[in-house]
Amino acid sequence: MTMLLDLITGYWWDARDLSNMTRPLYEFLRDQGVSDAGIFVISALLGTLAIISFVGAVAIINIWVERRVVGRMQSRLGPNRLGPFGLLQPIADAIKLMQKEVLQPASAPGWIYTVAPIAFTVPGIAILAVIPWGRNMVLANLDVGLLYILGLSSLAVLSVFMAGYSSNNKYSLFGAMRVIAMLVSYEIPIVAGLLGIVLFAGSMNLQEIVLFQEEHWAFMIMLQPLAFLIYFFSISAELNRTPADIAEAESEIVGGYHTEYSGMKFGLFYAAELINAVAVSAIIATLFLGGWWTYKLDEFIPGWMLLIGKIYGVYFIFVWTRGTLPRFRIDQLLAFAWKWLTPMALINVIVVAAEVLLWNETGWSDWFWIPAIIAINTALCVGLIVFFVKVFAPKFQRFPTRPRFYPGIDVPSLPAVTPPDFARKGGPA
Amino acid sequence: MPFDALLGNYLAVFLATIVGFGLIATALIAARLLAPFSKEENKRTSYECGMTPIGSTRAQFSFRYYIFAILFIIFDVEAVFLFPWAVTLVDASKTAFWEMIVFIGVLGAGLAYAWKKGVLQWNRE
Repeated sequence: MTMLLDLITGYWWDARDLSNMTRPLYEFLRDQGVSDAGIFVISALLGTLAIISFVGAVAIINIWVERRVVGRMQSRLGPNRLGPFGLLQPIADAIKLMQKEVLQPASAPGWIYTVAPIAFTVPGIAILAVIPWGRNMVLANLDVGLLYILGLSSLAVLSVFMAGYSSNNKYSLFGAMRVIAMLVSYEIPIVAGLLGIVLFAGSMNLQEIVLFQEEHWAFMIMLQPLAFLIYFFSISAELNRTPADIAEAESEIVGGYHTEYSGMKFGLFYAAELINAVAVSAIIATLFLGGWWTYKLDEFIPGWMLLIGKIYGVYFIFVWTRGTLPRFRIDQLLAFAWKWLTPMALINVIVVAAEVLLWNETGWSDWFWIPAIIAINTALCVGLIVFFVKVFAPKFQRFPTRPRFYPGIDVPSLPAVTPPDFARKGGPA
Repeated sequence: MPFDALLGNYLAVFLATIVGFGLIATALIAARLLAPFSKEENKRTSYECGMTPIGSTRAQFSFRYYIFAILFIIFDVEAVFLFPWAVTLVDASKTAFWEMIVFIGVLGAGLAYAWKKGVLQWNRE
């Protein structure tokens, strides 16, 4: 084992850290007398190309993953004709989309109509640029990484409204207005929920948040279970995916904001939804699930592989909710954001701030504070959810469908013939 | 020549955005080259729901969208104050903690007031 490790450690073929592969190139460039800035630009370009190819691969693969998994959940086969297990289906889809005529209605002549799908796709790619993939594998190690992510993910509101408004179509406008009401409402629980993480890590730098989890030997999801739930629900609403896809509800408003789009412009909207889902999964994996760090496991498996595994784990949960839940109404979604998630997130911020202050003031060791904080926050999470469900959940009126179990309720007999089974037992039917 | 690391990180973000635009432009240009293109007028009519559109598309909307937008602005300004506070909480004095509790309390009171007034109710019975 040690011999094997000696064979790869530090050489360019050490794939545990992809920066090893590029180091010989930088050393070569430095020997040639290239300035630091030039080397930085070249390395940034290489990293960008890696991320772009990841995005392209993910957009292609996830079409297949999503359709197969949802198909399996709905007792269908999903695409299975082209290639083994239908693996070539997304490539065929892409070729078909490229060959389709891009129709632009005469009533929507503006350039905003063309810009909207582009403005919807770019933020997803730009978010992936700040995700740390390993100890030395960060393309852009921004000090305000979290703020940058929040800013970019709220750009989706703008581009969707651009698409809906410029299409000059009633249903597109309805979809756009719904999106604005919904995204604007869920923005607040997202911001307030992520504050807990910033309070713990004391930084908005994503790499430092990962290092905080490594230093204290705990995933952030254990320290912040409530923030994780709040973020997960809110971001799945922001992604416009099926439990919250009131913006493009096919059975209500035709296609929502992308009704008038066809060909590759529609394809961009479609790809952007997949890319955004992966970007959001990457954010969740980094902030809550430790990113590339996983309890010593990252010494044996490359961190970037672990991160991709976590991304697909989170992505599977997104597909799962899509395959399971029906669509919510707009009043349910807005009430959930304002009456449930926002107060919960504000309470969470206050509790976390108090914990961080006490942790700092008392100076007791982490071995006391980490389990204590995990216990307190888990109790807070369960307690708040139970409290809100008891107090604010709508009281459903349940009508008895099996009269035998409700002897106190007088159910009138049906005008039809009484089943012989009931007549024999002499039940209340 | 010393190179500013902060500037460099933003340069990387800028490069990623530019290359992202390039990826999308490639897709659109490929569609432009591969896809058929006809100048027939009927193809350029609005799809809407399949029928010929009736009336103006600039429809009226429920004023509740407007109220939710105003609520959002109030709460989103809060984020501007909360993030710097969260980063420097440990270094700042304990007064900062109590001040922020008062601030969040005022916000919570505002939310409770809006709730009581029925603003958060989409469909009023």
